[in-house]
Amino acid sequence: MPEPLIEARQVEKFYDQPSDNRIQVIAPLDLAVYPGEILTLLGPSGSGKSTLLRILTGLSDASAGQVLWHGSPINGPCENVSIVFQSFALFPWLTVLENVEAPLKARGVSPEGRFARSLRMLDSVGLDGFESAYPKELSGGMKQRVGFARALVVEPEVLFMDEPFSALDVLTAENLRSELLELWEDKKMPTRAVFIVTHNIEEAVLLGDRIVVLGKNPGRIRTDFRVDLPRPRDRKHPRFNKIVDYIYQVLTKPDGDPALTLSGPATDVKTKYPMLPHARTGGIAGFLEILADHNGREDVYRMADLLSFEIDDLLPIVEGAALLGFVKVSEGDVEITPAGVEFTNAPILRQKELFRNAALEHVALLKQIKRALESKSDHTLPDDFFHDILDEHFTEEETLRQLETAINWGRYAELFDHDAERKRFFIPEETASVPQDVEVGTET
Amino acid sequence: MTANPASTGLSRSLIRDRSWNFFMDVIVFAVLFASVYSIIAVARYWFSAPVAAVQISLSPAALPRYAFYSLVRMIVAYLLSLVFAIGYGYFAAYHRRLEAPMLALLDILQSIPVLSFLPGVMLAMVSLFPSRQLGVEFGSILLIFTGQVWNMAFSFYASLKALPRELMEASRVYRFGRVQRFLQLELPQGAIGLVWNSMVSVAGGWFFLMACEMFVLGKRDFRLPGLGSYLQSAASAGDSTAISWGIAAMIGVVVLIDQLVWRPAIAWSDKFKLEQVDSSSAHSSPVLNLLRKSPLLGRLRAGISTPLMERLYSSSARHAPETKTDLSNPQKLFAVLAGILALLLILLGVFQGLLVLKAITRADIVITLESAGATFLRVVAALVIASAWTIPAGVAIGFNPRLARIAQPLAQIAASVPATALFPVLLLGLISLGGGLNTGSILLMLLGTQWYILFNVIAGAIAIPSEFREVADIFHFSRVERWRTVILPAIFPYLVTGLVTASGGAWNASIVAEYFHFKGQVLSTFGLGAEISSATDAGNFAVLLLSTIVMATLVVSVNRLVWRPLYRRAETRYRLEA
Repeated sequence: MPEPLIEARQVEKFYDQPSDNRIQVIAPLDLAVYPGEILTLLGPSGSGKSTLLRILTGLSDASAGQVLWHGSPINGPCENVSIVFQSFALFPWLTVLENVEAPLKARGVSPEGRFARSLRMLDSVGLDGFESAYPKELSGGMKQRVGFARALVVEPEVLFMDEPFSALDVLTAENLRSELLELWEDKKMPTRAVFIVTHNIEEAVLLGDRIVVLGKNPGRIRTDFRVDLPRPRDRKHPRFNKIVDYIYQVLTKPDGDPALTLSGPATDVKTKYPMLPHARTGGIAGFLEILADHNGREDVYRMADLLSFEIDDLLPIVEGAALLGFVKVSEGDVEITPAGVEFTNAPILRQKELFRNAALEHVALLKQIKRALESKSDHTLPDDFFHDILDEHFTEEETLRQLETAINWGRYAELFDHDAERKRFFIPEETASVPQDVEVGTET
Repeated sequence: MTANPASTGLSRSLIRDRSWNFFMDVIVFAVLFASVYSIIAVARYWFSAPVAAVQISLSPAALPRYAFYSLVRMIVAYLLSLVFAIGYGYFAAYHRRLEAPMLALLDILQSIPVLSFLPGVMLAMVSLFPSRQLGVEFGSILLIFTGQVWNMAFSFYASLKALPRELMEASRVYRFGRVQRFLQLELPQGAIGLVWNSMVSVAGGWFFLMACEMFVLGKRDFRLPGLGSYLQSAASAGDSTAISWGIAAMIGVVVLIDQLVWRPAIAWSDKFKLEQVDSSSAHSSPVLNLLRKSPLLGRLRAGISTPLMERLYSSSARHAPETKTDLSNPQKLFAVLAGILALLLILLGVFQGLLVLKAITRADIVITLESAGATFLRVVAALVIASAWTIPAGVAIGFNPRLARIAQPLAQIAASVPATALFPVLLLGLISLGGGLNTGSILLMLLGTQWYILFNVIAGAIAIPSEFREVADIFHFSRVERWRTVILPAIFPYLVTGLVTASGGAWNASIVAEYFHFKGQVLSTFGLGAEISSATDAGNFAVLLLSTIVMATLVVSVNRLVWRPLYRRAETRYRLEA
């Protein structure tokens, strides 16, 4: 094995809380980037992929552990890396040329050298003639080309890309991906390794020589394997589908299943506060209906394809449905349960009732909120009360999302309501005796 | 360039283009020449022996010279404000520990009226340069500065805080040095806010010009040659021809600056918009276009500024690369020492202040509080009256594009005229009508502050989606319903912004609106502004300090207790979201 360019050793990220509880974003993990490879890092949202990228580049510090650059620990941003950003991160007040020249300027390259190198780079990403345009005059794809040119002009040893194609439309993304591969295969870029963060499974398989999949809560490596498919890769190739399927299996498998963790320490996860998946109730209901139409059993990968969803969109829905006991997930397949069938066939008011029962049975947070509200004589509690309970276990951002999801579910199930202006949860007075013919407006 | 004989049309257009540029060069050259001359003239004047109270000539022929002196004061004060604002904003944004106290300080300083700074600033400057006119001049400039700088500092701080995270990361990962980060990231990000706030600030500077150029401090009479003192002298003398000449000159200067400086600056700052898509409503300025075409400026840029920037960049690149800056021990010690020193100075200041306040009697406190109440009521009245006409007018203008096209530029000119310049005329009218300054001062406050509300309401009305109005039409909303459910909620955030600015302005305006030298006598009415002005005149520092503290406390607490909650409500509940 050659010597790694960048190596993370027992790197972890956590936030200390006032109490003993600490919020673990990334569990201690080892990861090395070797010369000559395109490494794609996959994971659901909240698995800390972008955080990991920022730790590896030295943009942000690990809470513990070490990052080594050519064997020596880093201090501040790495010397010779570039990042291509999801939002392009071009300076809107600089022209295309000035944007590409900026990193060279920072290195003290002479004006002539800067100009020549930038023009050459712009040429090779197909932007000749656009030097004096401003970023806002360009389409998304062109902007990302400028992002590539700026990243490559400094001849980085490792090129980092943070979801570089996810802000683009499907066709543009496809086009840029193949151009990136062309530059790489033809050795037109001096880069020795590429590290791509993505949440698109197909993209990971199309591009990666090596794929690392992260799990969440806390972020850790679920699997790390090499892809032996020849390039250019064909999406229809059975081997391709097999790999995609395998990744789906990993992602839908319950946490901590040792059978699939091919490498990396399966850090033992303490019993955590159960997390509510960020799925809207309408999404779950819709998903169940489609699943029922497909004879109640389907491959998760096929479902994603069918709905043209990416895993970030689909997984929370599947998890939500599974949590409520409406579906079962095994080996990358989802199967509807009898409870799920009953739910899809029921009229709308009955659906709410089924949802309410399932929620009270399976969802700890909703149960907790309802019980707390009922214990108060006026049936109302401020947001802060629940916020304080949750932020022992989650980051601030996650806490807010948990509450938002809980409100959505709670309203649909008619368990409780929420007053956004006064920032309070409450049980509406009439709920106990809702007349059957009143259709309560719900949000989906 | 050789003209192509085959296409005469093209060559003719080339010639015209060239002669235009030549013309522009001549103008640019003339401007440079005039600037050099001005600097010499000003320098000679500043370093002459001090004359605290110049005899102000009321002849219109003296006006160009006075306008020139005032303009120089404004420019120097503005440049000082700009540098200070950027420094303060930068420091506050990047020093985590100092951020909160620096912001609170800004809040308080913003609420202190110009006149309260007067005695300290003036006496310090005069004793610093006892043998040169510079001292008095610099005192006046610093006064203008204190009226302009705070909102600019806040604006720059706010834009630094709003820097998109990925842009920051890009500048770090590409190893920008400090200079490059400032020039290519932080300054551009702050540019739009700085330009707009500069306009507001300079307008405020004109507003208080009269107070800053001519004042009595105890037994000493200060009078600097300038437009402000010309207007005040004319008013004191009751010379209505001189007043009209003075007003005309001031309006002329203000409109000229608007066209020659602010319009081009706004058009130029458009390129710093942090948007990724081209927007259709771009500003344009013919002056800016001409400047961009000037070959002389182009040559200056290529010959001087570009190489200079290169030197800057390459030197900053050499010692750039960022490593973590752990404060070394001597640095830490230094910081601690500086902190202790600052604390001691503050304590000393508080102690001295308390000593001054010892002269206060119980009666003084009662009077100050009562006058604060009187001014408070006036400010409220001014805001109510202003809202009463600007809301309907603003909505009407905003809903009617044709009306907007006519009314908006007119209102802009009207707003750019410093209201204080019109005070003498208004006073003449008020006196002939028999009204006192008691109600008159409300009118004067109105004059200065109503525009903020009007402009914001117009902007709000324009932003109401037409679907909202169509809904109101289809369901035959009554007039009341229409205002209650569509218009008022939709313009609410804009209205709050306008009211906040207007209320701050009204408090500040009270010091010139409640107390006025006119026809050789002092016209004043009972109020906190009059209290501050007369205390300055009499050199009564104890009362001045007391009333300033009362005003600052009032303004800051009204901001915290009234405007901030309203603002939050506007941001959460009444925001028009897609």
